[in-house]
Amino acid sequence: MSYKNSLSSGQLIIQMGPFRVRVQSGIPSVIEGIELLYSDYPILPGDGFADYIVRLSQPHGLRHFWHKQVLFTFDQFEPFKPLPFSQALPFFEWGLNWCISGFAHQYLIIHAAVIEKNSKALILPGFPGSGKSTLCAALVNSGWRLLSDELTLVDCVTGKIVPVPRPVSLKNNAIDLIQQTFPQAIFSETVHDTSKGSVGLMKPLASSIQAMEQEADASFIVFPQYQNNTPLSLLAIDKAEAFMRIADLSFNYPVLEAQGFNVLGRLIEQTAIYHFSYDGDLLEAIKCFDELVVG
Amino acid sequence: MNWWWGSVENNHKLSEAILLQRLICIKQDVTLTESEWELLLCQARSASQVARLAYYVFEKSYFSVPDYIAKHLSSAQVYFESQSRIVCWELNLLALAFQKLQLPLVLLKGGAYAAAKLDASYGRIFSDIDILVPQHRLEEVKNTLIWEGWFPEKLDAYDQQYYHKWMHELPPMRHIDRETTLDIHHNILPQTACSYPDAEKLYANITRIGETNFWMLQAEDMVLHSASHLFLNGEFENGLRDLTDMDLLIRQFSLQIPNFLQRLTIRSRELSLQQPLFFAFYYCKTLLRCPIADEFIQALSTHSVQGIRGRIMDLLLRRALMPDHSSCDDRWTGLARWLLYIRSHWLRMPVYLLVPHLLRKSWLRLTGEAKH
Repeated sequence: MSYKNSLSSGQLIIQMGPFRVRVQSGIPSVIEGIELLYSDYPILPGDGFADYIVRLSQPHGLRHFWHKQVLFTFDQFEPFKPLPFSQALPFFEWGLNWCISGFAHQYLIIHAAVIEKNSKALILPGFPGSGKSTLCAALVNSGWRLLSDELTLVDCVTGKIVPVPRPVSLKNNAIDLIQQTFPQAIFSETVHDTSKGSVGLMKPLASSIQAMEQEADASFIVFPQYQNNTPLSLLAIDKAEAFMRIADLSFNYPVLEAQGFNVLGRLIEQTAIYHFSYDGDLLEAIKCFDELVVG
Repeated sequence: MNWWWGSVENNHKLSEAILLQRLICIKQDVTLTESEWELLLCQARSASQVARLAYYVFEKSYFSVPDYIAKHLSSAQVYFESQSRIVCWELNLLALAFQKLQLPLVLLKGGAYAAAKLDASYGRIFSDIDILVPQHRLEEVKNTLIWEGWFPEKLDAYDQQYYHKWMHELPPMRHIDRETTLDIHHNILPQTACSYPDAEKLYANITRIGETNFWMLQAEDMVLHSASHLFLNGEFENGLRDLTDMDLLIRQFSLQIPNFLQRLTIRSRELSLQQPLFFAFYYCKTLLRCPIADEFIQALSTHSVQGIRGRIMDLLLRRALMPDHSSCDDRWTGLARWLLYIRSHWLRMPVYLLVPHLLRKSWLRLTGEAKH
């Protein structure tokens, strides 16, 4: 299916979980990337309503003669400085994360991956370098459903996890590791020299997209830690400490005030919480997570 | 309103801005297509009016919205409430500092609306706190606030001197931990402006807000401050917000204070602010249908810009007051905003100051050292 025309004219509206995103871009890497990564998503009529209107374009001015750049626009607002032209596709993903985390206070939004198996959702909060996305990619290639790689949305009223599945963003060595372990996984072209190093986007499985309206109950929170030469371990941690760490990783915990406290409190109470360290052996890690949700 | 500026372009495309109609405080039946709702949301975002729409929809029930819009309004409302809480906390800390100074803490604009819980405070997002202190105590206030953690922002020598010599406020102070910004004014217009009010007259009539330790300008002066800020300062990024502020202030005070519009007119004469008040009356009435009797507007019309210049002003202001969104622009909008910016400087400074000042600003902009 070709998105080129609708993308160029701003008539492409993609349904991503609860959000409708209108994307406009004539940049080849964005068109190819979206055609590849978003081909399983519902496409809505271009004259309908969209929650977010994002555009990737080249900035005006003379600069593009010696240094091509790409600009991210949220409706008519430019929240970021332009990036090198080659980073257009990851810029789309980062920019969209910014839109969602700043304008959807009906959810408590946590910087965490969230996946589900046997109706049990598992949250992987991520400090940079913790290996959150690597684990997430490995698990969704092994039968887990992807709810989100970056943004865990907790509905402030129901306390349920609302899926917003999007491509999984892998960095540096993790790209090769996942590609070698799961040769069937589909990746966008790796973009080098970004502020996060090399970035490759992995396409979510069609089954996760088809199920994106199914909300889930959180059963586990697992803080991952990637560490060379350490045996795999899964240790329960103190709930009060976990509360503070999650509040810290949330984009809008302070905005939600008392409601944020209550929603997070409920989440912490209903989940089993662990610290997980592993040395990069993904198959062993998958086995460990699978055992968690059995029975 | 044909008695002034001849035939006003009432049917102009710009005045039909989809957001503007929704900011009129009346019950209305709104049937829009999905893409029109999308446009409304976009215009409201660019004019910082999403939370105010939430107030009109959820609290006042002026019109109803589909669920996909309600979601965004609620989200903006949640954000607004958290901002209000932060402002409220700041104000309490400031009040403590002012107790030490034995000086009433006089709040201006958003801070005053919030502390007094005026209608104009609902859904009004602002980040800077503005206060008024007597000029002879400026240094003392500044030095005390430094001990409370507010530090003057670093400025180069030119800007520092500019503030010191010509402005009606100190350079903004920023709190070292909480990063909130405080603007300390000793008047509501710069000392260089061709009409600038006597600050002592403003100070003489401040009123205490309920049982709190906060004070504000008297009702008439609050409207006059907002009007002179909008129509003499030339910054229209928040033009529509400021206009809706005045609309809400006038509506509320007209109900609470007998003969408010008459008192407001008399007060504008005392402070020589008839022209900004005329503009405020005129646009609140023509754009937002604020209930202001024609006689009040007519009485002030001699102080407006006359003849062909008046017509031009109207063309400029109508454009500049619209949301800063391309769907509200026509080919003259950019020029209109620029001309009003120049005019505001013209009104605020004599030419021998103005020309070097604007040249310096253009130079900084061209060399990329400053954004504004």
